[in-house]
Amino acid sequence: MNAVLQINDLETILYTEAAPVRAVDGLTLQIMRGETFALLGESGCGKSITALSVMRLLPDSGEILGGSVRLGGEDLLLLPEAAMRGIRGKRISMIFQEPMLSLNPVMTVADQIGEVLQRHFNLRGAVAQKRIQEILNQVGIPDPARRMNEYPFQFSGGMKQRMMIAMALAGEPELLIADEPTTALDVTIQAQVLDLMRNLQQRDGMAILFITHDLSVAAEIAHRVGIMYAGEIVETATRDAFFRGPAHPYSRKLLASLPGRDKRRQGLRLAAISGNVPPLSHEFVGCRFADRCDHAWELCHEVAPGWTALAGEQQVRCHLFNQNWGSGVREQQFKDERRESAAQNSGKPDKSDTDTGTGLLNHESGVADSCLLSVTDLKVYFPIHKGFMKHVAGYVKAVDGVSLEICQGKTLALVGESGCGKTTVGKGILQLIPPTGGSVRYGGLELVGLERNRLRKLRAELQLIFQDPYSSLNPRMRIIDIIEEGMNALNIENDSKASHAERLSGTDRNKVDKLLDSVGLSPETKWRYPHEFSGGQRQRIAIARALAVNPKLIVCDEPTSALDVSVQAQILNLLKELQNNLGLAYLFITHNISVVEYIADEVAVMYLGRIVERGSVDEVLTSPRHPYTQALLSAVPVIEPESKRQVIHLHGDMPSPSHPPSGCHFHPRCPHVMPVCREAYPATSTFSSSHTARCYLYPQEQD
Amino acid sequence: MSFKPVILWTDALVYLLVAALILFAWHVRRNEHLWAPWRRVGHSASGMAALTVLVFFVIIGLLDTVHLRPAVENNSGGETAYSVEVLSLFDVIATPLRTQVEKTYSAPFAAYLYARETIEHPGGGQTREFPRLKFGAAHLQDPETQLVTDIAWRAAAGGGLGLFFWCLAVASLALLLARRSGEAFLSMLSAIRRGATAIPWNAACITLALILVMCGAALALCGSYHILGTDKVGQDVFYQSLKSIRTGLVIGTLTTLMMLPFALLLGITAGYFRGWVDDVIQYLYTTLSSIPGVLLIAAAVLMTQVYMETHPELFDTVASRADLRLLFLCIILGVTSWTGLCRLLRGETLKLREMEYIQAAHAFGVSHWRILSRHILPNVMHIVLITTVMDFSGLVLAEAVLSYVGVGVDPSTISFGTMINAARLEMARDPMVWWSLLAAFSFMFALVLSANLFADAVQNAFDPRVKTLSARVGALRRKRREEPEAKSSPTRTEGSLPS
Repeated sequence: MNAVLQINDLETILYTEAAPVRAVDGLTLQIMRGETFALLGESGCGKSITALSVMRLLPDSGEILGGSVRLGGEDLLLLPEAAMRGIRGKRISMIFQEPMLSLNPVMTVADQIGEVLQRHFNLRGAVAQKRIQEILNQVGIPDPARRMNEYPFQFSGGMKQRMMIAMALAGEPELLIADEPTTALDVTIQAQVLDLMRNLQQRDGMAILFITHDLSVAAEIAHRVGIMYAGEIVETATRDAFFRGPAHPYSRKLLASLPGRDKRRQGLRLAAISGNVPPLSHEFVGCRFADRCDHAWELCHEVAPGWTALAGEQQVRCHLFNQNWGSGVREQQFKDERRESAAQNSGKPDKSDTDTGTGLLNHESGVADSCLLSVTDLKVYFPIHKGFMKHVAGYVKAVDGVSLEICQGKTLALVGESGCGKTTVGKGILQLIPPTGGSVRYGGLELVGLERNRLRKLRAELQLIFQDPYSSLNPRMRIIDIIEEGMNALNIENDSKASHAERLSGTDRNKVDKLLDSVGLSPETKWRYPHEFSGGQRQRIAIARALAVNPKLIVCDEPTSALDVSVQAQILNLLKELQNNLGLAYLFITHNISVVEYIADEVAVMYLGRIVERGSVDEVLTSPRHPYTQALLSAVPVIEPESKRQVIHLHGDMPSPSHPPSGCHFHPRCPHVMPVCREAYPATSTFSSSHTARCYLYPQEQD
Repeated sequence: MSFKPVILWTDALVYLLVAALILFAWHVRRNEHLWAPWRRVGHSASGMAALTVLVFFVIIGLLDTVHLRPAVENNSGGETAYSVEVLSLFDVIATPLRTQVEKTYSAPFAAYLYARETIEHPGGGQTREFPRLKFGAAHLQDPETQLVTDIAWRAAAGGGLGLFFWCLAVASLALLLARRSGEAFLSMLSAIRRGATAIPWNAACITLALILVMCGAALALCGSYHILGTDKVGQDVFYQSLKSIRTGLVIGTLTTLMMLPFALLLGITAGYFRGWVDDVIQYLYTTLSSIPGVLLIAAAVLMTQVYMETHPELFDTVASRADLRLLFLCIILGVTSWTGLCRLLRGETLKLREMEYIQAAHAFGVSHWRILSRHILPNVMHIVLITTVMDFSGLVLAEAVLSYVGVGVDPSTISFGTMINAARLEMARDPMVWWSLLAAFSFMFALVLSANLFADAVQNAFDPRVKTLSARVGALRRKRREEPEAKSSPTRTEGSLPS
């Protein structure tokens, strides 16, 4: 076996103000020809720095201290910079996360690919043009001869990522480094890109170093996986071995923290890893995971574990598996647990039948089934201004007739790809964006067109949690000020004197302490500023801020999509707990199907400003009726190979909401398209009391 | 000597500014997130050197701001009368420079006047020769032979004294730092020398050494020489240059003070409310910025000038008149120069208003005014800060240009612009009078260059995209690089594959 890439004991350091950070600390891995190695880990564990070290493209503050990076026997770290230029783009190529940012907006695609060809093959003119066409054909760009002379803004997100791949392939590299290549893409596009990468690899036999934080994407594409934690790899295994039985306690926790339907059925809390990733600025004595590990004992804190080989190619850095240390008893006990957890993970909920209903978090009972919020035919149009006098030339129909109901203590998940208008629905309901038409009734009161003053009194009932915990907290305010802001703004009108006196006597302060306590933060944190907290902690603060005014309904706008899986598990647990204790209703806006499976009671699937299918979570996710829902669900990467659906490939991207297709919006991409679909928007088809869809494949109801 | 304190308009505003700055510094020091970028300003060696120079200029400017009217000898007794001449603290300190007025031009360090005069000899007959100066090198018997040695001797003594003070300053700095960090005095001293401190004190120390040596030499010399020569009416150019500093500083800072309310209020409201508010404000600043600035300023200055001349009873001293004109110049410059910052703030606010924390505030029903003051204003302050620091040098230069054109400060106010204006005609004279221009140029250059360098450091520190590393980290890194790869080589051989 000859390895394409062989990294030995790579040590990379980042100089920072406080102390140098050992971002990569003794990393060893090898990638064979034609193999995809997935480097998995949470943010901040050194994945990207590893990739940049291999390319020798570290930022100024970074430095490689030791180790070797061998590409086919040649140590890249010893090469002069001039020779490195010949290797980048030729023998190693890289794809970055954000396709919008990694293409130069003022150069045509052909120019950008041509640069690579000229640098590495000295191809120019017609020969180069021909080669560019070939490459674009390979990555599945339709009509390459015409499109190669277009600029990046003329392509959609998925197309741009294809362009990036085309650029990376232009040098016919031996090794392709893909740094979270699909994280910024929608699931349907992600499925296309992953497919493309798999096909290209099969044909050209290049090695791929695939960096991701998404376990299911890794399960989809990798041959081997390496789990990275705090600058080192803690476990490597083949994909099947890893997902069947992860060995390292960290890997197991990571898998257990994935939300899903089975966990919900069993009423399980998601396994959240306590604590945070330790700072990499100090030297580690024992195992890096010891402080957060449930199985740690003295040895773990004293001696750093070495590699232990398990069955097959699986290797792990953990004392639990090392025979020499006399940990036989623990190991046995641990292995039992391991098997058990593997059984849970592999989608065979063998205990679920008996456990249903006894779970800790079973919230289905005891909540009155009254409708809290009902939205009918909500429309939000944004005018498009054109010309000198800025006359209205048309409308972007971001939300075009959405109806939904949310009952008290229930969760409605709004699912859809980016740009389908999910977020606008949330903001339209809260009247943060004035709706163009339709009605939003909250507890019988019409919100649309309500005066600012009367609306303000209702603000306390309806709250909002945002996607990005970094931009949702004002960096210049202390936590206490952030949390008190809403209380002050909303309570003062009611009983200004009383609340003022209260605040002086300190009851208000106590409320902040209680709120922080309820979201799992210590009361002392209220004196600090947002930048001192991690992403998960910030999201907790944002939740505390929303809870401060005692809302009945919270619109959660992708509250976990910017977070790591283990932190996502913490936040989902918290949201569920709060729902049980306070009877909150959630409108949960997300694109993550596994989160929906875990948290939602009902699901509404949105496509291009309209809801195409809705129903209870089991109905929609187990027997999707609308072709779009079917395609969306099939594109979701899953860990268990057995339960993998046949991927339904959707062609192209979502059309622009300013010019929606006539008839059914989905017809240009629909695999079951019929002539009638092009003519009129389908009426509702009802499958059960709760499950409805809008598609001509099913009998139409007469309105 | 009794005196009566006088507070001119600009003085009051400068005091206000200083008070505001002290308050701001105190506030920043108490808040870690505000203090962090300022600490990063300290990472830049050039910034620290520039700051040292700036501090020197500011001290002179502040001394020149404290105005008073000394009492005059009153023969009639009774109540004390005060001189009509308003002096500053700096004038009092520099009395010899101010009062030693020659007849006309004299070159730097000259003992003789620059122009021939007809001298009547006691024994009859006239000769045309260069007469001795009244004050410059007056103590020398025979200037031809003694001049050079005397200058060298005095300069060396003054420089030595400056060096002595510098040693004192560095020693006390090291002592202070050593006490704060708990290190030994000598090791701290060597750390400063090597540049291994978080703030590049070595750069500041070198600059301070240069300044102190030059100051010492200048102080030792200026008592008995005109070190930068004299102007047409025999006034010391060195004194004029030092006096000009205050005018430059006042223009640079007060103008910003005048323009901030406009820029902040209009920029933020335009960006936040959008719609017709935005249209009106945009229209306003587009119109204003399309009128040539100099025209607008000239018209306004001429109008105030006419007003002042027709109402002489409003001003009890010449100084208060000149001062009011300076203030008006600041106001006019401020009113015409807010558009740039306003545009920047509008853009930033447009971005900020879409931030999620603003939306969260909307969801709480927080009033517009509170959103503007609590959420948006603190988050655009870094732009305001960078712009004001960057604009400072531009305004100092603008003053010089305007005074040169003749619409600047009052002719009786000493400023770089009036100095250049007075010197320009003499450039054509043969032999040329070059020292006024050179002095104004070099002082202005030093002031503007240090302000620009400091502004650069501030901008880098406040720009989140630029990462500054403190000198200590750099030193650490150099050290690590110098070490032979002793540490990494054994791990390389030990490193074993997992498989």
